[in-house]
Amino acid sequence: MTQVTQITDLNEVVRKAAEYRETQDESVRDRIVSNIYNEAETLASSVVSHLERRVDWDRKIDNIVTSRILGYPLMLALLGAVFWVTLSGANVPTDMLANFFFGLEEHLSALFFQFGAPDWLHGLVVLGTYRALAWVVSVMLPPMAIFFPIFTLLEDLGYLPRVAFNLDRAFKRVGAHGKQALTMSMGFGCNAAGVIAARIIDSPRERMIAILTNNFVPCNGRFPAIIAISMIFLAGGVISVYGTILAAAMVVALILIGISVTLLVSWLLSKTLLRGEPSTFTLELPPYRKPQIIPVIVRSLFDRTLFVLTRAVIVAAPAGALTWIFANIYIGDLSVIGYVAGWLDPFARAIGLDGIIVLAFILGLPANEIVVPIMVMSYLAAGSMLEFDSLLAFRQLLLSQNWTMLTALNFMIFSLLHFPCGTTLLTIRKETGSLKWTVLAATIPTIVAVLVCFIIAQGARLTGLV
Amino acid sequence: MEAKDSEFTLSRLRVGERGVVTSLHAQGIIRRRMLDLGLVPGTVVESVRRSPAGDPTAYNIRGAIIALRAEEGCKVYVELL
Amino acid sequence: MGLTCQSSGKGVLREDFLSYETKSDYIVALAGNPNTGKSTVFNALTGLKQHTGNWPGKTVTQALGNYRHGQKLITLVDLPGTYSLLANSPEEQVARDFICFAEPDATVVVVDSTCLERNLNLVLQVLEITPKTIVCLNLIDEARRKKLRIDVEMLAIKLGVPVIPTAARSKEGLGFLKDTINRVASDAIQLNPLRLKYEDRLEVAISKLAGELEPLLPERINKRWIALRLLDGDYTVIDGIQKFLEKKIVVEGFAS
Ligand SMILES: Nc1nc2c(ncn2[C@@H]2O[C@H](COP(=O)(O)OP(=O)(O)O)[C@@H](O)[C@H]2O)c(=O)[nH]1
Ligand SMILES: [Mg+2]
Repeated sequence: MTQVTQITDLNEVVRKAAEYRETQDESVRDRIVSNIYNEAETLASSVVSHLERRVDWDRKIDNIVTSRILGYPLMLALLGAVFWVTLSGANVPTDMLANFFFGLEEHLSALFFQFGAPDWLHGLVVLGTYRALAWVVSVMLPPMAIFFPIFTLLEDLGYLPRVAFNLDRAFKRVGAHGKQALTMSMGFGCNAAGVIAARIIDSPRERMIAILTNNFVPCNGRFPAIIAISMIFLAGGVISVYGTILAAAMVVALILIGISVTLLVSWLLSKTLLRGEPSTFTLELPPYRKPQIIPVIVRSLFDRTLFVLTRAVIVAAPAGALTWIFANIYIGDLSVIGYVAGWLDPFARAIGLDGIIVLAFILGLPANEIVVPIMVMSYLAAGSMLEFDSLLAFRQLLLSQNWTMLTALNFMIFSLLHFPCGTTLLTIRKETGSLKWTVLAATIPTIVAVLVCFIIAQGARLTGLV
Repeated sequence: MEAKDSEFTLSRLRVGERGVVTSLHAQGIIRRRMLDLGLVPGTVVESVRRSPAGDPTAYNIRGAIIALRAEEGCKVYVELL
Repeated sequence: MGLTCQSSGKGVLREDFLSYETKSDYIVALAGNPNTGKSTVFNALTGLKQHTGNWPGKTVTQALGNYRHGQKLITLVDLPGTYSLLANSPEEQVARDFICFAEPDATVVVVDSTCLERNLNLVLQVLEITPKTIVCLNLIDEARRKKLRIDVEMLAIKLGVPVIPTAARSKEGLGFLKDTINRVASDAIQLNPLRLKYEDRLEVAISKLAGELEPLLPERINKRWIALRLLDGDYTVIDGIQKFLEKKIVVEGFAS
């Protein structure tokens, strides 16, 4: 009862306030804010003094970084440099790790035979689970351990808002928000993080566009595989300076394709499902701050790299075991995998892939990291056994499965454009609170990926390139 | 509140030029956002740089560098200093 | 009135923010403009690992953490970074409702020393809501590098609340900050917050309305500020009050 009276009385007060507002010619808000800012100005000027006029380095750097001539080339060069360092730095450790793990595999196998373990147990544990883990660790860890610290340094330095500043015009053209460039940058680390970062976009429409297209940025669950494939097919599986530059260029080219697709899909969305006017844009360009190199490296290694790796490993172990089981259960004279892959094959061929690749992408839904291990395992079970301890061996395996330049290219394109991983989809569900948009977030990229791969494949075949 | 004699706006400042805010010609949430950034009458704003694509433009507003699109900039009336 | 502290919205609101039962002695809010180092301060004090980075808006999830200092257990709430508390966005509303209605034992405003004017805007707004405020003059190392001299004592005198220079990243000044938090939370410091003066007509209206609000709202709620918000036509504050009185305050934007 008392509370009812209170609310009524409160209404009375609110009414009086409104009455007062009516008598005012100028906005009360304007005067309040002016008053506060004027006070802040007076205060600040009475306690702050410049000891000397310094060269404004921030401005000098920004003059270059956002320059009309150099702005865009610099962004591209930086992207290229980051991936080149990642690639060339990761090559040797990846090879070493692979050698180590597959050397260990022999000992493990020997151990299994020594104790007279049945073949299926050896297959399940060593050829399935262990191999998937070994692949994930040796191929994922080195690029991540290099990429994450570099990326965190750029983030701490304050470079990312400049990227958004440079690219806003393009995003405005397609009806999206310049801060989408920031969410895309976060997507390199992890698309789920990119989706969460979309909260910085106030307009719900533009935020949704950012969420639905984040996936066109290759996250670090995907780019190591893209790196490996481009090393194999562009550099012939041999580590050389020339080869790494070529492979880095390939990754950058793919990212540019991803950005173009992002803009195109954003445009389509803002013309159809998410129609509307561009909202307002205000973006602060913070001062550059010198990152603390050592803590940044330590932090990004332990927090980000190990976190992502652990997640990948947790998915990879059961996925490896399951794949081995399905590759070794036979219906007639075809394994389950062979059977399903065969069923997918006609469709897969039409888009320049094969049944096993498509199956690997589907089974890789929980985490993109396991696509390649599943694919390799399926190939190995179906074909001949080989030593699998280097890029060269990997290359031989793929060639023995009739991979061509087209297969490699479309594998990378499909990886770039296909549906987001399970974690990202769950995050989208949580962020949008809508099943409909989550389903769209999975279907739109899938359609795009299939379409683009189809066009490339048919084009290549028609022109007789393959 | 009506347009001043010179209808000169923030977006017409050239890089390096400075102006004093005279009035805001925006309503609702946009106006309040602009006020929060410190774009109140009397504030001196400097046009600092343009994006390589020509838009948005970054301004020095009360010590922070803030980028605004031309659509927003043209709602802030200034007097050239 | 029948409105005691427990039965009022304070407890409820706190529970909303602090999704678990807290046994902490003090609850302390961290407010500030985006990119001033709130998360860095938060991480340094609590030992947690909130994401930090040099772009405004990267703290998109809110965080809670505890630390011990001087035999007290303190719960720290990392509020969303905002330029103002005039409720132009959900984040601003969240931050404002917490500072006003959840009545933290102290509110630390983290400010960027290199850009004082813009940051004082927020400080002054916080002071309008609660006197139990501490200004954390962060990034003081950057100010030194840029050869800026800040008269800290003068600033503290003018604001009427403690001003602590810190460089959170290198943990400089944080011990002093923790001491000061405890002293403000336990009312051991005499606070005399700067009060903004508006022009006469507005001031008259404020006093009149504040007087009428006096019997309607619990003692610790700042009526002058509510009156000002009402005069500004800020109806989100009414939502806040209503929820507060009906004890079903749901604070949005807080991921559990
Ligand atoms: N030099 C310096 N940098 C700092 C300090 N505190 C924070 N930073 C950096 O400033 C940036 C923003 O910090 P963050 O805690 O994420 O800010 P928030 O948005 O307020 O949470 C990060 O790159 C931090 O490393 C400091 O005291 N000195
Ligand atoms: Mg933060």
